[in-house]
Amino acid sequence: MKSSLTDQELQLKAVALRRAMLRLIVNAGAGHTGGGLSCLDILNVLYNRVLNVSPQTFTSPTRDRYVQSKGHCVEALYAVLADCGFFPAADLDTVCHYQSHYVGHPTRHIPGIEMNTGALGHGLPICIGMALAGKMDSANYRVFTLLGDGELAEGSNWEAGLAAAHYKLDNLTAIIDHNTLQISGHTRDVMSNDPLDEKWRAFGWAVKVVSGHDYAALTEALSQPAEIGKPTCIIANTTKGKGVSFMENVAKWHHGVPSEAELKQALAELDAAEAKLKTSEK
Amino acid sequence: MSAPATSMFTPAAKAMAEKLDLKMGRANLEEFASTLEELAKANPNIIAVTSDSRGSGKLAPFGKALPKQIVEVGIAEQNLVGITAGLAACGKKSFGVSPGCFLTARSLEQIKNDICYSDVPAVLVGISSGVSYGALGTTHHSLHDLAVLRAINNLTILVPADNFESHQAILFAAKATKPAFVRFGKAAMFNLHKPETKFEAGTAITLRAGNDVAFIATGETVVHALLAAGQLAERGLNCRVISMHTIKPLDTEAILKAGRECRAVITVEEHLVHGGLGEAVASTLLQGGVGKPFRIVGIPDEETVPGAQADIFRHYGISMEGLCETAAKLLK
Repeated sequence: MKSSLTDQELQLKAVALRRAMLRLIVNAGAGHTGGGLSCLDILNVLYNRVLNVSPQTFTSPTRDRYVQSKGHCVEALYAVLADCGFFPAADLDTVCHYQSHYVGHPTRHIPGIEMNTGALGHGLPICIGMALAGKMDSANYRVFTLLGDGELAEGSNWEAGLAAAHYKLDNLTAIIDHNTLQISGHTRDVMSNDPLDEKWRAFGWAVKVVSGHDYAALTEALSQPAEIGKPTCIIANTTKGKGVSFMENVAKWHHGVPSEAELKQALAELDAAEAKLKTSEK
Repeated sequence: MSAPATSMFTPAAKAMAEKLDLKMGRANLEEFASTLEELAKANPNIIAVTSDSRGSGKLAPFGKALPKQIVEVGIAEQNLVGITAGLAACGKKSFGVSPGCFLTARSLEQIKNDICYSDVPAVLVGISSGVSYGALGTTHHSLHDLAVLRAINNLTILVPADNFESHQAILFAAKATKPAFVRFGKAAMFNLHKPETKFEAGTAITLRAGNDVAFIATGETVVHALLAAGQLAERGLNCRVISMHTIKPLDTEAILKAGRECRAVITVEEHLVHGGLGEAVASTLLQGGVGKPFRIVGIPDEETVPGAQADIFRHYGISMEGLCETAAKLLK
């Protein structure tokens, strides 16, 4: 869904999306707050500038595909999909509620969601199948997946890393939300995966390293495949808990749910960020 | 210790097969491969996905004839299932083909989530299943597959007994709009059905009528039940033989009918006695209020005896002689 929003307008939208995400997590009583905030700018750019998909074209065989491999951050995706009109924003009030299909990980019951994910290490193999199908049909759609950096400890990612390069899937882009934290602490302490860029290059991928909160850089990196004949890996350096000072780079916010007081504080910070953005707009 | 069995069938069993006019066919796996190739030639959306298994899956001719319709993923079963799911989600009729032992253990989570939970119309084909790999040992046996797959929602599970059922199972799977799993062994099989037999997934086929013992068998064990019924007829016992080619959804009607009408029920499967056909039948009978003498013949919960498939079958009584003995004991 490609909009004509400027970087600044998208940043303002990001504030609203963070607000919606935090509110829905509090209402749900569950959610992956830190990782949702770290990947939200990536999703904002994907859905508003890159992906050739909309509520109207979601069943089109030639649409771009997005599979959220780090499915636990579904709350950010729900906020973005609602904003894009895939379903009414009021549906977000039902997340994790009894008999609501808006469960804590993506499912195809929800308009806009391609595959059921949540167990880690599944998105990339699925996307290879989707990208291969596109090549077989000479269709020009692109396939995107979002991986967590902690998720990369799952061996299936590396099986898929080999296959994507073997089949020269330049219609496939894997984005790594490189926030360097996972549930138990720093990824470098849990299971180090540095140097990430060299690993993916060694597997035969074209690699770009960008700031995952820089709208111009994300747009440039995501807008086209990095290299003909190679899958693209975008290592997006992000801040876990981005946008809320007391959540930033704090592992406990991996799946922490804000109290009412914490929500109030977080929303106040987002209001201030919004005001600042609006001031700089003038 | 003795040398590997040269044949699955004793001379007496071979004589009974001849008496019952059973003709030897080819391996179900070969029937699968040629059926799939035939279908794929007519439908370019049919894609085979293999994990360095095109030789084991008898798909080398398919690969040569239709190189654009086969995807090789290397020895990577998790990737195989994920890719099979992704292809299916984009309009392909994908068949993920890999040895049953690896496919249903190493990539079980992918089967559960990518195929069944995501509800894509993919087909998974477990090749050389059960103890087909015989003396290669437990690493290569799949005696758990029916148990684990039965416990996953949204999967049709087919276990064909002969070439006819194999052909029909693939025709069904190719048309299915829901996930399916088909289990094959690699031994040549006797043809058990007449070509005009009606095949419907979820509906068992009664191969022989009778009300003394009901043999409810699946896959490569069905022929042994049929031979045993022939042998028991010579002792004056009329036995029913049911080929339960679909493990899920289970034909509970045929099971309850057999339980009500027969004096005893024996299930036969190339699977651990836990969680497979036998326990599914037991559950059906008990919940249906049918209490009859009952035995599950399969592989017991122990380290499987070393040997070829024929050795293992004979060791655990999956043979004409073994099943006759079980029936006699049960009717005492």
